[in-house]
Amino acid sequence: MTDASDSVMIANQKEKVRESLRKRLRSERRFRAYGVVAISFAVLMLVFLIGTIISNGYSAFSQTWLKVDVTLEKDLIAPDGRTDPKTLRENGDFRASLIESLVAKFKSRGREEERLLMAMFSTSAEQTLQEHVIRNPNEIGGTVSIWVRASSDIDQLYKGRINRDLPQTSRTVKDIQLRWYDLMAAERRIDSRFNKGFFYSGDSREPEQAGFWGAIVGSFFTMLVTLILAFPVGVATAVYLEEFAPKNRFTDLIEVNINNLAAVPSIVFGLLGLAVFLNFFELPRSAPLVGGMVLALMTLPTIIISGRAALKAVPPSVREAALGLGASRVQVVTHHVLPLAMPGILTGTIIGMAQALGETAPLLMIGMVAFIVDIPGGPTDASTVIPVQIYLWADSPERGFVEKTSGGIMVLLIFLVTMNASAVYLRKKFERRW
Amino acid sequence: MEEVEKSQTVAGEASKPVPPAIDHPVKMRTRNVNVHYGEKHAIRNVSLDIGEREVTSLIGPSGCGKSTYLRCLNRMNDTIDICRVTGDLELDGENIYSDNVDVVQLRARIGMVFQKPNPFPKSIFENVAYGPRLHGLVSNRTDLDEVVKQSLRRAGLFDEVKDRMEDPGTSLSGGQQQRLCIARAIAVGPEIILMDEPCSALDPIATARIEELIDELRQNYTIVIVTHSMQQAARVSQKTAFFHLGDLIEHGDTPQVFTNPRDEKTQGYITGRFG
Ligand SMILES: Nc1ncnc2c1ncn2[C@@H]1O[C@H](COP(=O)(O)OP(=O)(O)O)[C@@H](O)[C@H]1O
Ligand SMILES: [Mg+2]
Repeated sequence: MTDASDSVMIANQKEKVRESLRKRLRSERRFRAYGVVAISFAVLMLVFLIGTIISNGYSAFSQTWLKVDVTLEKDLIAPDGRTDPKTLRENGDFRASLIESLVAKFKSRGREEERLLMAMFSTSAEQTLQEHVIRNPNEIGGTVSIWVRASSDIDQLYKGRINRDLPQTSRTVKDIQLRWYDLMAAERRIDSRFNKGFFYSGDSREPEQAGFWGAIVGSFFTMLVTLILAFPVGVATAVYLEEFAPKNRFTDLIEVNINNLAAVPSIVFGLLGLAVFLNFFELPRSAPLVGGMVLALMTLPTIIISGRAALKAVPPSVREAALGLGASRVQVVTHHVLPLAMPGILTGTIIGMAQALGETAPLLMIGMVAFIVDIPGGPTDASTVIPVQIYLWADSPERGFVEKTSGGIMVLLIFLVTMNASAVYLRKKFERRW
Repeated sequence: MEEVEKSQTVAGEASKPVPPAIDHPVKMRTRNVNVHYGEKHAIRNVSLDIGEREVTSLIGPSGCGKSTYLRCLNRMNDTIDICRVTGDLELDGENIYSDNVDVVQLRARIGMVFQKPNPFPKSIFENVAYGPRLHGLVSNRTDLDEVVKQSLRRAGLFDEVKDRMEDPGTSLSGGQQQRLCIARAIAVGPEIILMDEPCSALDPIATARIEELIDELRQNYTIVIVTHSMQQAARVSQKTAFFHLGDLIEHGDTPQVFTNPRDEKTQGYITGRFG
């Protein structure tokens, strides 16, 4: 072989290497680009989702109030002259006072116009007036100026969600009501306030009176039951399987089943709850107790699996050290392994609880989907939970419930984000390097 | 009586080297020890005497069963499901594998120091105090403080940590951590300390410190040390046992094993032809 052919070969080689390098760089660039595209898409969808929810839902936290002047005629409110709260509540005809004053003010004519006029005010106006009078009985006989809730339609009008340009027949607010509304606006009788009721009342058929508190309390009791049941059982199971159970067919079978359980659709747990807890044990329907039990079953696999992972992550050197000092296996677990694994177990528990908090389907099966106005006082009272309340509102035809739905979702998301953030915090804080 | 006869027969039958005459009284006496991990035969017919208040080092190539043998001595192998130990292992004439021996108590008498320093992720004080508390050796805080201080002093660590007893044990340097582990083992008041390559994760200075410590501890404790370094074995031990593929090849006074090995495998290992 000559020198010339050698150098030709080397040149060829170099060219080939350069070519393949180019190819490789190109494919690596392409790979990175795919990643960037995928992430951008995900972020965009998230922004769109959150944006929609917030733009629909922020108005749920404000509410329109109207100022009305009411003449408190003695004949209607305290016909027998007694003004103690009890008598006022029983005998006072506050609705009539309100109607008379409003009809006089807006000069409505006929029954239909009176109906339209009254439809501008929330049915809770009467109660607001009653409470005011009970607090200030000396004002009976005079005229009071008080703020009352607007009806949901007027609330939506104020929030700009009703199109005045549509023909009257396809609008919930009629022309005459618009006229009265404009009159009130001119007299500065319309005001928007923070919707406190959303956070202290239960559900209602009237959107302007519907609150989320009943669902929040219901979720609280449900989660409490879930935690009380799932946490100890889950941790005990994880510890037993990881630290004590012999390795044999039977424990393998249990392990496989637990992993499968984590993948079972949640509605199946609901059916189980219906068949076992309600029909067989005859526990109360619609109650957080049963909801919590069902969700505990659903959360158990999550806690067990994350608990085992946390226990496994405790280095064997710690176990050996304790065993070498003469600790028994139980002492090794209770003195060292379990405390070291606890942050991991808690993280898993919080994530499991967050899942349970957002769960709807199994609760529908055990009747937690009922319309319930009262705030539940305990885990056996009928109640609903946050996601089911959202589902119920989403299902309601009234315009006013649209913003409630999104507002409810915002509250749920805040809970979930808080829980997940605390899980991340725990994990970061107790992260150990051994 | 019966035990002795049996072991003599075994020692006579097997072509193993007969344990040499030991000037120190025998603290642990092991005869015909066999260890299986499942199907794997990790230790074969090992018979070895461990003299009181002297250092016995176990040397040999990786995987030859040094750790396995060491862990038989305080029954740490019990924690491995697939591990099966047979043979006679006696501590002060008492079979440590018999049913009426409590493992907890055994491990209080035979302490252990591991290859990688493994302090508990707790304070320095808590690390040392754990053993005495566990075994109920102290009744009040003053006694506990005293035991902790004494143990740290014996492990040559007290002066370095006396102002930071509440710092986590894991915040110490590697060498300090290993001495903390020694202090932790000492605090239980053991008679024997087993060390499995205690210096393999340490730098030369920390290693020298530990070796010095081992030499001091020999006054009060019986020590068995597994080591990878032949120089270390030569420096710290009075007796050396050479293992190869699960067999005990040779056992004798350290100077003799290093300068005048009886077996050619020992010779080969020591001169660095394999290992
Ligand atoms: N837990 C275990 N399970 C199975 N085999 C093991 C286990 N521990 C050690 N062995 C085997 O036993 C033999 C001896 O190991 P070991 O005592 O650790 O050797 P050395 O400490 O001398 O390096 C090795 O072949 C190893 O693979
Ligand atoms: Mg080893």
